[in-house]
Amino acid sequence: MKLLSYFRGEAFQRGVHPPSCKLTASTRIRRLPFAPKVTVPLSQHIGKTPRPIVRVGQEVLRGEPIARSDEWLSVPHHAPVTGVVEFIGLRPGVRGPWVESIVIRAHPGASQEDLWGRPRDLDAATRGDILQAIWDTGMVGLGGAAFPTHAKLTVPKQAKVHTLVVNGCECEPYLTCDHRVMVEQADDLITGIRYAMRATGAVRSIVGIEDNKPDAAVAIRAAISRCGKVPEGEIYAELVPTKYPQGSEKMLVMALFGVEIPAGDLPVSLGMVVNNVGTLAALGKLLPAGRGLTERVVTVTGPGVAKPGDYIVPLGTPLRFVLDYAGAPGAVARQIILGGPMMGQAAASLDVPITKGMSGVLVMRGDELAWRENQKTYPCIKCAECVESCPMGLNPSQLGMLAAKREYDLMGSDYHLGECFECGCCSYVCPSNIPLVQQFRIAKQILREKALSK
Amino acid sequence: MGGRPIMSIEIRSAPHIKGTRTVEQIMRHVVWSLLPVCAFFVFQYGLSALLSLLVVTVSCLLTERFFVRQGGQSGDIGDFSAIITGLLLALSLPPGFPLWMGAVAGIVAIALGKALFGGIGFNVFNPALIGRAFVQAAFPQAIATYTPSFMPGRFYEFIPSSMTLPLMQPVSVVEWLKDRQFDALAGATPLAKWKFEGVLANADDLLTSLSGHMAVGPSPILILLCGAYLAFRRFLDWRIPAAILGSAGLTAWMLFALNDVRFPNPFFMLFSGGLILGAVYMATDMATSPVTPKGMWVYGALIGLLTVIIRYYSGLPEGVMYAILLANAATPLIEKITQPTPFGKGVLSNIGRQKKGASYPLHSGYISREDASAETPKKRFLPNKPKHPPKE
Repeated sequence: MKLLSYFRGEAFQRGVHPPSCKLTASTRIRRLPFAPKVTVPLSQHIGKTPRPIVRVGQEVLRGEPIARSDEWLSVPHHAPVTGVVEFIGLRPGVRGPWVESIVIRAHPGASQEDLWGRPRDLDAATRGDILQAIWDTGMVGLGGAAFPTHAKLTVPKQAKVHTLVVNGCECEPYLTCDHRVMVEQADDLITGIRYAMRATGAVRSIVGIEDNKPDAAVAIRAAISRCGKVPEGEIYAELVPTKYPQGSEKMLVMALFGVEIPAGDLPVSLGMVVNNVGTLAALGKLLPAGRGLTERVVTVTGPGVAKPGDYIVPLGTPLRFVLDYAGAPGAVARQIILGGPMMGQAAASLDVPITKGMSGVLVMRGDELAWRENQKTYPCIKCAECVESCPMGLNPSQLGMLAAKREYDLMGSDYHLGECFECGCCSYVCPSNIPLVQQFRIAKQILREKALSK
Repeated sequence: MGGRPIMSIEIRSAPHIKGTRTVEQIMRHVVWSLLPVCAFFVFQYGLSALLSLLVVTVSCLLTERFFVRQGGQSGDIGDFSAIITGLLLALSLPPGFPLWMGAVAGIVAIALGKALFGGIGFNVFNPALIGRAFVQAAFPQAIATYTPSFMPGRFYEFIPSSMTLPLMQPVSVVEWLKDRQFDALAGATPLAKWKFEGVLANADDLLTSLSGHMAVGPSPILILLCGAYLAFRRFLDWRIPAAILGSAGLTAWMLFALNDVRFPNPFFMLFSGGLILGAVYMATDMATSPVTPKGMWVYGALIGLLTVIIRYYSGLPEGVMYAILLANAATPLIEKITQPTPFGKGVLSNIGRQKKGASYPLHSGYISREDASAETPKKRFLPNKPKHPPKE
């Protein structure tokens, strides 16, 4: 009830509380075997697409770079398996269209140990050296946005960063990969945080964790004291209220510091850099060994999965292989969602590979979807639920009516459509079952195209 | 395991899960919360009240059916919205209101108040009040004829005016009252008594509606309780009734403080007439009230103010209906000037205005304590900040 939150002083206003459905919160991370073939799409991240630096028929070692680009906003890719490059060309992509990919046939019995690496001594490295090392790992934001990490950690010349905010909220229902990483890989996380702090020049770091995962905070605090190298008060683990979308960086900064990041600005304008726990834990593992990103933790879950769990999945593993391993009988799966249920994308095909930005695979059966399908769509009754739940303080009801009339320019100019980050709260709460955020996505796309054509 | 190909998977746009709240659920809860109020009304006035509730509601439902069938409007008997209109309309009419006039009110409420605008969600004015405004204009005498509550024998006989034949003038209740040792004035509402005779009813009695044979509607305290249930379950927005009662009470209190002979005390204002029913159930009609939180306060304050002004300075004893209808008309305007401030565009984004209760302070003193050179760039907060290109 909203009235109570006035007195409790919740972290950020509005937002929603979907059922958490964290089926795999206490299951240990397990390792997935290699698929016979892996497919590495060249564009898995925001920014420029790298070029392949291998040729068909070439033998590659696990961890060896197979694609790279000299562009700043781009990352290299590394071979996820030891094997032979079989094909370079178009393969089904996550977003639907086929994309340029490298297909590698795995050697039978190949080891999951990384065979390729350039260990480097980073103890005396400068900020630039560390950023270069991060770039070489091919790291992108593992929380889902897939923004190149070295670019995110690069502080603009005119700005100074004082705090590294580490995002361990994982507010999406079902997903537990960040939770398990915090519990099981807390030492790597601390290592990664310390590198990221050196890269940004931050003097302290705060790990924000939703208060439904207290064990993660305990594990991190234990790792801090175990590490011994962390000065007092340099890294904190802090609980924030459980609420969707707490994992949005603006909401997390609001919860921890009580300030709104000005619209159109990045957290760096307030002297902060926000990074995901999964990203930093992976950095902590890869950086000292000088290895590349070849695998990630993926939550495979949902009502249609027999063995739900968090799996370490080699990048490029076909979705079909992951689902077979986790026991998702094909006959009952009606919808497969890549990411969380609030913002994730429905997979168009089972042949798409696991990519760097994919945090979860969620299998929905027909009976879960039937209720939604049978729900009628009414005209907007102006119940104001969406206005009460929009974390960005927009008026989705008004925007929805404008979208129905195709008044896209007005939506952008007068009703702040550009601030919408598509968290889906409005569609989630709408009792009239109006596809609000879906319409906003279309409107934003049309506005973007208009802006480009000008 | 595996091997069996998946025949088809579906593609949808996120979010893939949905909250459980539906339009039907909201409307159903409003109807449930109205049932105790209706029961109290029947307890006060007996058979006539029961029949009035039934006839008006059925006429609303039949009219809605007609328009949904003929006009292809969305809406369903299962969405309960026409039932709410019917019950509220009947509760706002005198219990002995001729039934045929009640049926007319129901038809007008749905036809003019709702179907004309496009059905559920599109109506500009509260349909129940449109129906009531119509019969107030068409049958001024009948709608001003109240009868005392708790009449002996109310569960066995009808108030004679109820059974007026269609298209006929209502049967006079004066004789009927005389037979039962009531004078003709017993049927005047407390507001009419105050307006036309200067007789002030006790606010405590008005609050419960239980004492004596007052010509009043269901107990305000019961309506407030039922409304509190809805507000607690968030089926209505608590801001609107709070704003209406606050603004009406404040206006009445200020006038009372100015001249306590001419103006009644504010509690009489709050608990008499239809103010509580209107504030809790009619002004909160979702389709006709603003969606913006600030707008709800403005809207409620406007209704409270208008109600008191109409009651004090117009020829009518009651003003809630017109106050709500006027505020309904003003709703689009109110929404326009009270659009919510987006995150990061308000004064709070100023670094000096950190919200209380935050875990970590963020003022420059703290930062410099850690590292003298670490400082937030100030230029970002200049008022004429350059526009950033839209982010992908």
